[in-house]
Amino acid sequence: MAETRSAFALNDAGMAQFRRLVERYPTKQSALMPALWLIQDQEGHVPPEAVDWLVEQLDVSAARVHELLSFYTMFRAEPQAEYVLQVCHNISCHLSGARPLLEHLKQRLGIGIGETTPDGKFALEGVECLAACGMGPAMQLGKHFYEKLTPARVDEILESLRRGVVPRADTDRELAE
Amino acid sequence: MSANGQLLSARFGRRDGHKLSVYEAEGGYRALKKALKEMSPADVREQVKAAGLRGRGGAGFPTGVKWGFVPANAEKVYFFVNADESEPGTFKDRYLLDYDPHQTIEGSILSSYAVGAALCFIYIRGEFGWLVDRVNRAVEEAYAAGYLGQNILGSGYSLEMIVHKGAGAYICGEETGLINSVEGKKGQPSIKPPFPAVSGFLGAPTIVNNVETVATVPWILNEGPDAYRRYGTEKSPGTKLWSVSGPVKSPGVYEVPLGIPFREFFEEHVGGMADGERLKAVIVGGSSVPVLTADEVMATNLDYESLAAAGTMLGSGGMIVIPESSSMVDLIEVLMHFYWDESCGQCTPCREGTGWLHKVVGRVRRGAGEHGDLERLETICNGMAGLTICPLSDAAVMPMRSFLAKFRTEFETLIRKDPAPEPTSRWARGEVETR
Repeated sequence: MAETRSAFALNDAGMAQFRRLVERYPTKQSALMPALWLIQDQEGHVPPEAVDWLVEQLDVSAARVHELLSFYTMFRAEPQAEYVLQVCHNISCHLSGARPLLEHLKQRLGIGIGETTPDGKFALEGVECLAACGMGPAMQLGKHFYEKLTPARVDEILESLRRGVVPRADTDRELAE
Repeated sequence: MSANGQLLSARFGRRDGHKLSVYEAEGGYRALKKALKEMSPADVREQVKAAGLRGRGGAGFPTGVKWGFVPANAEKVYFFVNADESEPGTFKDRYLLDYDPHQTIEGSILSSYAVGAALCFIYIRGEFGWLVDRVNRAVEEAYAAGYLGQNILGSGYSLEMIVHKGAGAYICGEETGLINSVEGKKGQPSIKPPFPAVSGFLGAPTIVNNVETVATVPWILNEGPDAYRRYGTEKSPGTKLWSVSGPVKSPGVYEVPLGIPFREFFEEHVGGMADGERLKAVIVGGSSVPVLTADEVMATNLDYESLAAAGTMLGSGGMIVIPESSSMVDLIEVLMHFYWDESCGQCTPCREGTGWLHKVVGRVRRGAGEHGDLERLETICNGMAGLTICPLSDAAVMPMRSFLAKFRTEFETLIRKDPAPEPTSRWARGEVETR
């Protein structure tokens, strides 16, 4: 079965990081989660051929890899939309207006929660607490959060993303060097 | 280092607080230098025990005592910092790592030294992508400065530190779930005993402490246990970070001495309710603790004992403020969705019970509640509490029961008004004699 798939490879930088992981983690299997992150950071998701590669590299069963892919919500086994918008719908964000905000996003994008726009550009997800409770409603995109969102601010963010520009996030603080 | 009682939050909100040079200029890594030069690991444990520091992740167990559970003859020990911060309403550890990563790193090195660990993991929830990068950079700085690695500051003590990124699972905040996750498995909790301090990561003694707990250790070693006990109460010494959310004047993270009256904290620090809102209830310790009514919360102090006496728990200090304008039924549906979503699925009472609670509460909220549904919710809770490997099941039951008990009329008004149907079976009507 494996030979019908094209072989997976990390790029040079990723491979250097992978070797360092295997060296630092006490057992090969304990390096599985960070290895999945490396793959997902490169590919956008974890393709089946990468699962085969992990089985070979880390002496783990394919079942173990699939277990992690299905248990942890942030690991994705399928290709994802270009921008996955994850809006917190837990209690504090709910108290600060997450539900109308989600309705607004559904209407603007023309999709429901858990769906992707036909052009593959946007996906909309409702997620559990992001730990942005004092700054709700909050939305995650990639490594960052947008906070204290209003429909107007969401429109600006969408407008910018449509042009291919990821606006500066609230967690992307300007730091003194 | 303790101006205005800011033991932990002195650098919050500052653009340069994350820098090693700033941390060092303000006394950072002084405790590490002192400990490695003058103190044995047992001395460090004793100081933390004498200070009475209690775990800030939720359980409130004395930290020095927990450290003492590591067997004296252990060959290999691991130290884990729990930065999985996922309890709804809680966002303090994020501030600690964002504005002052070196404080937590120094505390982690000291704690690792105290328990004899040679490898320390900082487990950061996957959603904090930017924080993983920031803490990784700070760890690199600490290595370059000689605070990590082989033979730290010429002391003979060596420690490696790895920042481990989670991938989206509330249950990994439970310490055995967290350990299993780093072993490369699903983050499902393990049954205790054995406790991780005896048999944890890869079967070796492992201590797991919350970020806030660990971040307090440098201050205690610098200023001494007596100075720490000048804050707080006898049984709840020190300060606590409270994460405040909901429609209040100034949501955010506040550091205050334990034992402060809620009323004073709420009115003087948080500024009270936002304009036009009235206080209805508060969940003081993160979504998993029983809710307090406005009257109850206004009469309590904010420390472990006072909150226990008030029928709730300090938990993680994630304070969710609920206004009169909110429906308690609506809010509990949101929470039950959360626990149902996050149940890891290995224990039947939790896997099935959280789903049933969510389903029944949902139909009540939609006005389609059936006769007996409120009693049904109570029955389901009784079948869940205390019957599972980890506390997630109880974490769903505590808010459910307290919402139902304290705001019952809000639920009752949503139950369908038509009369209960006549039982069709003779058994149900009690017409059949049973032996």
